[in-house]
This record gives sequence, structure tokens and C-alpha cells, in this order.
Amino acid sequence: MQEVWTVSRLNERIKDLLEGSFECLWVEGEVSNLRRPASGHIYLTLKDERSQIRAVIFRTAARMPFVLEDGMHIACRARLTAYLPRGEYQLIIERVEPRGLGALQRAFEQLKARLQEEGLFDERHKKPLPLLPRGIGVVTSPTGAVIRDILQVTGRRFPSVPIVIFPVRVQGPEAAPEIVRALAVLNGEEGKAAPPPEIEVIIMARGGGSLEDLYPFNTEEVARAVFRSRLPVVSAIGHETDFTIADFVADLRAPTPSAAAEMVVPSREHLRRQLAETGERFRQARRRLAAGWRERVERAALRLKSPARILGDYRLLVDERRERLCASLERRLEGRRQELGHLHGRLERVHPGVMIGTHRMLLTHRRERLIAGIGVFLRNRRSALDREGIALRGLDPLGVLQRGYSITRRLADGLIVKRAVDLAAGEGIAVRLAAGEIRARVEGIRERGGVHHRNPAGYEGRE
Amino acid sequence: MAKDKFEEALKRLEELVKRMEAGDLTLDESLKAFEEGIRLIRFCTRKLDETERRVEILLRDEQGETAAVPFLPEE
Repeated sequence: MQEVWTVSRLNERIKDLLEGSFECLWVEGEVSNLRRPASGHIYLTLKDERSQIRAVIFRTAARMPFVLEDGMHIACRARLTAYLPRGEYQLIIERVEPRGLGALQRAFEQLKARLQEEGLFDERHKKPLPLLPRGIGVVTSPTGAVIRDILQVTGRRFPSVPIVIFPVRVQGPEAAPEIVRALAVLNGEEGKAAPPPEIEVIIMARGGGSLEDLYPFNTEEVARAVFRSRLPVVSAIGHETDFTIADFVADLRAPTPSAAAEMVVPSREHLRRQLAETGERFRQARRRLAAGWRERVERAALRLKSPARILGDYRLLVDERRERLCASLERRLEGRRQELGHLHGRLERVHPGVMIGTHRMLLTHRRERLIAGIGVFLRNRRSALDREGIALRGLDPLGVLQRGYSITRRLADGLIVKRAVDLAAGEGIAVRLAAGEIRARVEGIRERGGVHHRNPAGYEGRE
Repeated sequence: MAKDKFEEALKRLEELVKRMEAGDLTLDESLKAFEEGIRLIRFCTRKLDETERRVEILLRDEQGETAAVPFLPEE
């Protein structure tokens, strides 16, 4: 017995079959019959050379990275569904990517313009790279030259920087979401703890390829993920001459993966040299400071004098003063000496010796005159004396005596008797003759003229 | 990881050297600066001399968990 289906049941079965067989697929084709009704959904027909299929993009679907136009070649991620009321099947497109150079180019330009206007490419959003990152995250294919180059360069320049690779597809339709997720995980945004060790910079790289190959890096979602990244992103996508939108958004664009590695990791040698220089400056500054301190201490020590030193200083002072004193005294003495010299000279001129000499001369002179005078005087006197002598001789009593006269002397008192009356009878007398003397006694006197006198002395003259 | 301190260590060292070259540190400060400077230089030199590599790759296991495993690049 034939089973009889109702139309609805048939359509439902078809729908189940379709939706069960095609969970999610990628379909490529040309856009045609593009309609944008007021509802906001986009209806189109996707076709190739021989066949076509209906498609719809709901308003709620992921935002279009570019504006669809009839004739564009696109690839879509979609699911099949059947619209039962009309018995039609269609694709519900969830994601659209451009295909074909024209479409790709136009999509690229449209997105670039839009994001640029939004400011995603602005310099002020670009973050600086750390000098020496704690860790590097690499978003790239785990196989191929790119990762090898990056590892080689970092190994040569600074091997001890840890590297964490998040492997992704770098082309094809599933690449973009993977790249977005990679960036999120490396930024520590995934629920789990951040992958050890802590990453401070991300390199996003892939090798050269066609515009189509590079497409994932021209998508809005990757661009926004790069913009959102808390960590700085260095992009090295395609050849040196390729510029993707990711390159514009990235914090730094490198022409090649090796260049990216060089930008991210410093040269150990360079740092060593820098450190050596700084170290040298440090040591020199240290030496200078130490010398400075030593000098200050020494200067202070100098000022801090030991008693011996103080004494020494005073001795010097005293010596110096003494020197000056002596010199000054010497000078004064010299002055006085000169004065003395002068005075001496002057004195010399009035030397008593001189005067004495003069006087002596005078004296001598006078003496001579005196002597001469006395001589004369004496001569005169001698003459006189001689004369008198002669005269005297004539009167010499002894001479007289020669003539027989005699000198009588009273013995009692020696009186030379000139008068007989001076004698009394019996008085002793001495009579000096020319030769010899007579001692006699008076027998009597006779005055002149023969008058007899009594001795006044009381002597009774005997008669 | 003490690696994060390299950059700071270098900056701090540069600061110290500048201050010492300016010359107006007290004796105490000078001594402390010497010590710290020498420490920093040793630290930085050590960092520069490390040659141990550490490359890991994040792999998703069956449960969708991400785990880091050592990476050996194909030659």
C-alpha cells in the first residue's frame, strides 16, 4: 500500500531532511536579485553558471562588512531551511564574505574607509611596545616558514623571552573567527586564567598570498578584535607590499614576520652594551662621589688639628713673629748704630784727647814758658843769692868769728846775748868761737860804759 | 617571572646613575645608591645571560579546554 503524504507533511519531512543534512555550510556564488525591503532583511538569489538558490540575510545576522551588490561574488556561511508555506527551500545566510577580486577589492575599500572614519586607525590609539616583554603571544599557523622565522629571530636576539603560540587558520572562511578568539585568549579575556606566562605583546602573522588568501585579515571582526586588544599587536601579514586592514588597525605593522620579531624583542647584545655603558657610568660616578667624600673628610681632618699640629702652627707663628721682631730691632739698631756712628764721628772731632792734646800742648808750652820763666827767675835769684851770699859771706858770723869774734848764747834758753845786762852772774853760757865752743859761767857783767846793773831776772849779781 | 622587572631595573639604574652624576647625595644616600645599583646591574646581567627557551603552543583538547604544551617546531 502506497503511503500518502499530505503536502504539509511532505514539506515538513523535506525540511527535516534538508536541515538535518546541512547543519552549516559554505556556499559560493554570484549575487543577483538583491532586494532590501523595509523589514531590513536582505533577500537575494545566489547563482552560478547553471543553477541558483534563494537566500536571505536576516537583519539580526552579523553585520555586513561590505555592501552587497548585484553581480558580486560572495561566499556565505549558511544553513538550509524550507519555507513551508511556499514549499521553497532557501539559504539563511549568517555570514558573508566577498569572493573574486572585484568584490574583494571593493569590500576592502569600503571597510577601510568606514573604519578609518570611525578612527580605528588613529595614531593615538596605538599602544607602545614594552622594551623587553614578559612573554610574546603569536597568532599564526603552527606550521610553515612564518613561525620558524619568528622563533629563529627571537631565539637569536633574546632566547629567554617565553613565547606562546595560538595556532589558527590563516585563510579560508573559518580563519577570521579563529583569529578573533586567539586574540581574546591571549589577552586573557577567555573565562579561564590567562595562559602562562603573562604575555605583553602579540604578533599576528601570515605569509604572502592573494587578496583572497589574505581576506581574513581584511574582515571587520578581526579589525575590531585587534583594536579591542588590551595588549599591543604587531601585524606582519603577507608580503612587504601587502597592506591589510588588520595592518592599519594594529599598533605596529611589520613588513615581514622576522621584522616583527625584531621589533618585539630587543637585541641582547645591544642591551648588554647599554648595560655595560650604564654600569661604567655608575662606577665612575661612584668613584667620583667616593673621592668627593674622601676629600671632604680629609679637609675636615685637616681643619681638625691635633695638638701637635696646633703647637706646630704656633711655633711657626712665634718664629715668624720673632723673625719680624728681630728684623725690626735690627733695623732700629742699625738706625741707632748709624746715629751713633754720626755722633761718634762728631764726638771724635771734639775728643778730649784732642782737647787734652791741645791742652797738653798748651800745658807743655806753658810749662816750658814757666820753666823758662822759673829758670830765669831762679837765675835771677841765684844771682841775687850769690850776691847776697857774697854779701852774707862777708857778714858770716863765722867769718867774723875768724876774725876773732865770738857768739855768746845763754844756755837756759839759747838766747844770743847781745847785752851783757841780759846775763846774770853765775848763768851758764855757750861761747862759740871760730873753732869750737866754750861753756862758761858768768862771773860778772859789765855794762856798757862800765855801769854795773842788777840782773833784772832777779839774779843777784855778785860782786 | 622576574623578567618584567628588567625594563624597570634598567630605568631605575639610569635614574640612580643620573642622580649620582649630579653629585648631590648625602653619604647615606650614596651608599644606598651603590648597593642598589650593583644589585640592579647584577640582576640585569643575569637576565641577559639567560638562554633557556620556552616556547609553548595552546592546544584545544577534546573538551574544548585550552592547554599550553611545549612547542617543537618542525624542521
